[in-house]
Amino acid sequence: MSAPLLETIRLSKSFGGVQALNDVSFTLKQGELLGVIGPNGSGKTTLVNLITRFVKPTSGKVLYRRNPIHHLPPHKIVRLGIARTFQMVRPFYQLPAFKNMIIPLYSPRAKALVGGRYGDRDAMALDLLEEVGFERDSFVAYKPAGVLPQGYLKRLELAKAIALQPDLVILDELFSGLSLAEVSSIVPIIEKMRIQGKTIIMIEHRLRELFRIADRVIVMNYGSKISDGPPNTVMEDEAVKCAYLGSETDSGD
Amino acid sequence: MLTGTIIYAIINSAILALIAIGFNLTFGISGVANFAYGAFYVMAAYGAWMLIHMAHLPYPLAVLISISVTTLSGALMYRLVIVRIKGQTLSEVIATFGIGLAVLELFRYFGFVGFEYTLPVFYDKSFIIAGAYVDAQRLLIVAFAVALIIALWLFTHYTHLGLAFRGIAQDERTALTFGMDPDRIASLAVSFGAGLAAIAATVIIPLGSISPEEGYDVLIKALAVCIIGGLGSSGGVIIASVVVGFAERFTDSYIGSHWTMIVSLAALLMVLVIKPSGIFGKQKELEERI
Amino acid sequence: MKTRKERIDRGIKARAQDIFALCSWREMLYLAGPRLLPVVICLLLPLILGVYWQKVLMSVAVFAILAISWDILAQSGMISLGQALFFGTGAYCSGIMNHYWGLSPLLTLPLAAICGGLISTLLLLPVLRLRGVYFSMVTLIIPLMLVRVIEATKIFGGTEGLSGMDPLPSAGFELYLIVIVLLAVLFGFRRLMDSDYGLVLKGISDNDRSVINAGINIYWFKAQALFMAASIAAFAGAFMTHVYMFVGMPVFALDYSILPIAAAVVGGPGTLAGAVVGAFILVPLSEVLRGIGGLRIVFYGIFLVVCIVALPEGIFHYMQRKYHQIERWVEVEK
Repeated sequence: MSAPLLETIRLSKSFGGVQALNDVSFTLKQGELLGVIGPNGSGKTTLVNLITRFVKPTSGKVLYRRNPIHHLPPHKIVRLGIARTFQMVRPFYQLPAFKNMIIPLYSPRAKALVGGRYGDRDAMALDLLEEVGFERDSFVAYKPAGVLPQGYLKRLELAKAIALQPDLVILDELFSGLSLAEVSSIVPIIEKMRIQGKTIIMIEHRLRELFRIADRVIVMNYGSKISDGPPNTVMEDEAVKCAYLGSETDSGD
Repeated sequence: MLTGTIIYAIINSAILALIAIGFNLTFGISGVANFAYGAFYVMAAYGAWMLIHMAHLPYPLAVLISISVTTLSGALMYRLVIVRIKGQTLSEVIATFGIGLAVLELFRYFGFVGFEYTLPVFYDKSFIIAGAYVDAQRLLIVAFAVALIIALWLFTHYTHLGLAFRGIAQDERTALTFGMDPDRIASLAVSFGAGLAAIAATVIIPLGSISPEEGYDVLIKALAVCIIGGLGSSGGVIIASVVVGFAERFTDSYIGSHWTMIVSLAALLMVLVIKPSGIFGKQKELEERI
Repeated sequence: MKTRKERIDRGIKARAQDIFALCSWREMLYLAGPRLLPVVICLLLPLILGVYWQKVLMSVAVFAILAISWDILAQSGMISLGQALFFGTGAYCSGIMNHYWGLSPLLTLPLAAICGGLISTLLLLPVLRLRGVYFSMVTLIIPLMLVRVIEATKIFGGTEGLSGMDPLPSAGFELYLIVIVLLAVLFGFRRLMDSDYGLVLKGISDNDRSVINAGINIYWFKAQALFMAASIAAFAGAFMTHVYMFVGMPVFALDYSILPIAAAVVGGPGTLAGAVVGAFILVPLSEVLRGIGGLRIVFYGIFLVVCIVALPEGIFHYMQRKYHQIERWVEVEK
């Protein structure tokens, strides 16, 4: 039986008086696609921030491949193979899209990909962008990031994460702000990542699209985990129905 | 000797606290580090001096006008300059620094240097406390500092504006959702800071004379105390004033007056190494700033 | 008929991209001209200027180096209000090495640059983790405090300073040394900042969270930038020690902190060349204005404020724009 890739043990975080995360424990197996859902403010992004250590946990542990990582600085965690995207995409607006890829490609983690010290990051950037759907002959990759529509920006975020050759990818609301068509075009990219053996965590509001690809889902509410299991089972759970009752239900598009 | 040193240490702490409070307030509320702070301090002093000696106004009136004018200048500086560049740290720092510089050097150029440039003391008398000579002005400074701190506490806890200040200092975003105008608040914060500098000047200058050098000195002291105590934290500033005040005074009495600045510098460096955000500092380190 | 201003790149700019620059002499000249011209001028000036203006040129070069150092830090997200700290540390290092240990200037200059850089970096290491304002505040206070410390403890010569340093081989050598160092620093660091490494630094300044997320230790990079900038400023300080054959408290003076900022801001922040342009303008200007004494600094202060508020792009950017683009009024299409 293989060891879990990621484990959180009783992870908690309070900001002053606000308990953002309360005793959240879950495990993640290699190759799984785990969805994290829940109403707004339920602590989903906080959970990710704690795992990637952009925020210090108040208590609890995070184990990656059985090793504790919750005391490591965030850049070291990235170097261990965990990559994340941000909910609010903030590229370097003035720079062309492919130049935005330079910084992730400068990371020690991407060195092998780029070919050492004298590798050509520009070329690699263009290749990576093509993989996520920046059509090469339309020169989209050369446009300043500030003029790109949301769909491309999200793909750019994804490419930045992929550039780091991660084993675990955490996608924070990747689908938000995208049209159905855009979502449908990004899903194959995620599938490809799974085939490559990557483990994925996806925080999402768009349940229909998520449930099609997720193996397992955990549901958050008010900072606690209230359910954990395959998508269909979870949606039958009374507690989950309660949490969503009255709050905005996702209509999908 | 010991009691004398302690008394003078308390006085020193009071002076430092008076100097630093204005700067700290401005930064805590509006996030603007007012590098022209020293200039406001000196400006108020020179202003009062000019009103007394050239316009021959009575002391209380001169002081009142001077403090008011300085406070308004703070608002003016905000409205004319800072509001255009608010949020860009580089520009804010350079602009306020440039203004402070221009003002201070302008005074220096016009020859406002010399012992005759001073403000009168409030009450020309000395007392003997626990065997040490203490003049009335110094006692007044301590009383004033305490009174000012209490007044500020009451202000920020019981008046509308004061509560607004506290709200913004704690969490700007939420405060803004309550309908406060950020520009207005920031402008008030800068003027308040300038006004506090002016008040401090009125009380402290009589101990010596006014000079443009004072402007730089005040800025250094304010910065040092605020850094040690933690920018934005009033409690920190008070504690830091006491710590530095006592350290300086004891060094002066028992080791030698030349070492006081070294002690301050050492204190600063120590804080930077151990807890860079200051004793009560709330400046979160990078990772926490998400 | 409504009109609007349109700016388009000159044709030759597009033609002179990448390898196509080698297509014709005209294109090569277009690219090389702006770079070669200043170099040639800088190298020829020492020969045609009189002694007085040679000294001014030396001053320009020193301040230009300090301004470049400031600009590098600014691009990396650190705004230094205390170039004097680096300058003074370098000056004292070389003074001490020469005075107490008798090392020759040719040795002390590089050594002091590195030592000065190292000491300054170590001093500022703790504040790199905090908000940018802290860096500015600490760089402002430390040199001012150091002045008072030296005055009080009388170490390293106290108020009198250390004198009797060994001079550099000759006046001509001095001048050419600093000019060449300036040119090397300018072109070298421009190259660096334009490279991917520089992009990382600029990224840290713009959106540090994003850079952390790429697995890059931003504090290590900031420290590197700090060390490099501090070292070149320290070199300038060490250089001046041997020119004046003296080092004392004035090396930590506010002047060395302010003028570089003014130069960089006026010339154009974010482009190292702008810093040099600014120095070339402000230093001779201040010489000419010497007659009005302290009013100079008032002038700087006001100038700084006006520039930062009204012309943030700086003179160099403006020149660059004029060189690369043409402007014309066109009719607004309905």
